Amino acid sequence: MSDVKKTPLIRLAKRDAMDPKYAMLIRIGSILLALIIGSIPIILTGVNPFKAYGVIIKGSLSNSIYLKQTIKIAIPLLVCSLAIGPCFKMKFWNIGAEGQLTFGAICSAFVAINLGGKIPSLLCILLMAIAGALGGGLWGFLPGLFKAKFNTNETLFTLMMNYIAIGLGAWLQGGPWEGRKGTQIVPMFDKSTYLPEVFGVQCGWIVALLLVVFMHIYMNYTKHGYEVAVIGDSENTARYAGMNVGWIMMRTMILSGAICGIAGFLVLAGANHTFTKTIANGVGFTAITVSWLSQLNAFVMIAITALLAVISKGSSTLNKQLQVPTAVSEIVSGVLLFCMLSSEFFINYKIIFRSKADKEVKA
Amino acid sequence: MNSLFALIAAAGTYATVLMFGTMGEILTEKSGNLNLGVEGIMYMGGILGLVAANRYEAIVGEANSIGFVAILVAILGAFAAGALAGLLFSFITVTLRANQNVTGLAMTTFGTGVAKFVGEIMRTKLNGYVSVSNHLKEAFSFKFMPDFLKNIPIIGPIFFNQVHFFYMGIILAVVIHLFLTKTKTGLYLRAVGESPVTADAAGINITAYKYIATAVGGGISAIGGMVFTMTTAGCVWIEASLSGIGWLSVALVIFCTWKPMNSIWGSMLFGSLMIMYLWIIIPGIPTEIYKILPYVVTLVVLIISSIRNNKDKQPPASLGVNYFREER
Repeated sequence: MSDVKKTPLIRLAKRDAMDPKYAMLIRIGSILLALIIGSIPIILTGVNPFKAYGVIIKGSLSNSIYLKQTIKIAIPLLVCSLAIGPCFKMKFWNIGAEGQLTFGAICSAFVAINLGGKIPSLLCILLMAIAGALGGGLWGFLPGLFKAKFNTNETLFTLMMNYIAIGLGAWLQGGPWEGRKGTQIVPMFDKSTYLPEVFGVQCGWIVALLLVVFMHIYMNYTKHGYEVAVIGDSENTARYAGMNVGWIMMRTMILSGAICGIAGFLVLAGANHTFTKTIANGVGFTAITVSWLSQLNAFVMIAITALLAVISKGSSTLNKQLQVPTAVSEIVSGVLLFCMLSSEFFINYKIIFRSKADKEVKA
Repeated sequence: MNSLFALIAAAGTYATVLMFGTMGEILTEKSGNLNLGVEGIMYMGGILGLVAANRYEAIVGEANSIGFVAILVAILGAFAAGALAGLLFSFITVTLRANQNVTGLAMTTFGTGVAKFVGEIMRTKLNGYVSVSNHLKEAFSFKFMPDFLKNIPIIGPIFFNQVHFFYMGIILAVVIHLFLTKTKTGLYLRAVGESPVTADAAGINITAYKYIATAVGGGISAIGGMVFTMTTAGCVWIEASLSGIGWLSVALVIFCTWKPMNSIWGSMLFGSLMIMYLWIIIPGIPTEIYKILPYVVTLVVLIISSIRNNKDKQPPASLGVNYFREER
């Protein structure tokens, strides 16, 4: 055994805090890198990537129709991202937004189908929203309850709840709520259940923006938000401080589920006007990545949601104009998430190579 | 009663798909990595296995293609795709220390995207659909057991009238079981998943174990996707039909309480539940409700095992948590 221990070729050291300007540069760099890697499949289809990205931007923002559709995609994504924020802050890995959204939508649809057109429009919409929040809240409460009482793994619990909700939705869609037999389609709801439009887009965007402000205040300036943050940092500290950890977990999960349920209500009453089992359409899962990447900052969520919504809407235009498969949107989103996840490493850690380290030692 | 046995026998192929998906994820999770990208990985395995077999046939010509080689090529193609995805996952979570849940979900988005994209490109490039010739199709779904075994009542159809992938899956389950319980490397792997701090102190290379287990696990899961396309889907790419199988495999890992041997009967049970609506109609219970059963059953297992707090039925203790030596 050699007695001279060499310093390893590459060492890592945690940074104290990076200049926010550099951190921003790294994040923007990671997005650019993702777009470069994402252009590989575009080139494979024989399309100039510059042109393709141009089409994506034009096809999602250039006129009011495109813009409205992009906003339509962004609304549930933003709302769910906001909902997941406090759970992640608490280190409670709620990956059940998909199910909470779906079950909220189921409850909302139940009201719309049974009361739509029979009671005043405003009352009906209000009841739908409440039903959505209650349904989503229930779907969030269950994993919270079991985590608090029996320490049941919440990641796996919420994951199962997603598929139970979607399964229930499939049953309702093809069974009790089916319109003409064999169609597997739930009839359109009564017009009185439609959310009013503001500036030509369903007013859900106002709800979403209000929720951004609410979440920002809730997380940063309330006792609840503080308790959530303490549990996230150290559950034991929270216990010593006399916090009722179990109840706070359940409470936060109910809130989170309820907001996801409201996202379901917004999609139902503001956009689809009917129920399908695919109403969540992966939004709940994408929201998790959005929430994490924005580091639970409600305002950053708007930016990341907008970016993903632009890619999603833009690629459907890209598909129509240049016949590039729509799956490109998923590849580019996936690569984007990988790159942004990885970029945090370079913000949090310094990489030190051996030669440099040696010099430091000599000096 | 007869239709019940017929159901179990018919569930064999579906079960095989789940068996591979589950065993891959068990191996991954034993290292403490919770890879939620199984859905995406199985998608990629599904398309790349098919593409590999299709390309092999295109290169050697339809007349010269041999079933055995085609199966081997398909397995390799799928395994390579899954292993690469596993390496990417490890790179991002182990080396770059990103959150596992989020990386896994991104992997699902990415993997399904890649699979759909490749499927679409192959479809447009080869105008029509990607497939293999009939004799290769037969080779993939060939049930090689002799007739006298197949004809044994009840157990014949269930145990002997299955595709060869089914037996490969069972052998693999036994191998992984022996590896985890009887070998030193297996013990080290479990140590890494249970308590990386202890393992690190004992001089085990945590990073290497996590990388290799996740890559091999991803590869095995991807083979499951390939088995689905090449048997159940009849060697054609139908992108929607694979949806949900990866998540079901993740559920099955919990149901099997992280034991590969349990995945044999577990996947038979889940496979039966998934196709039950075609076979047994219980009046008053709609078919869609049957499809929820696997998830409900898994949830019940998860809850009961957490209430009882059985030591041998728990997830690996460090599951989903990254290990940073300096934060010990």
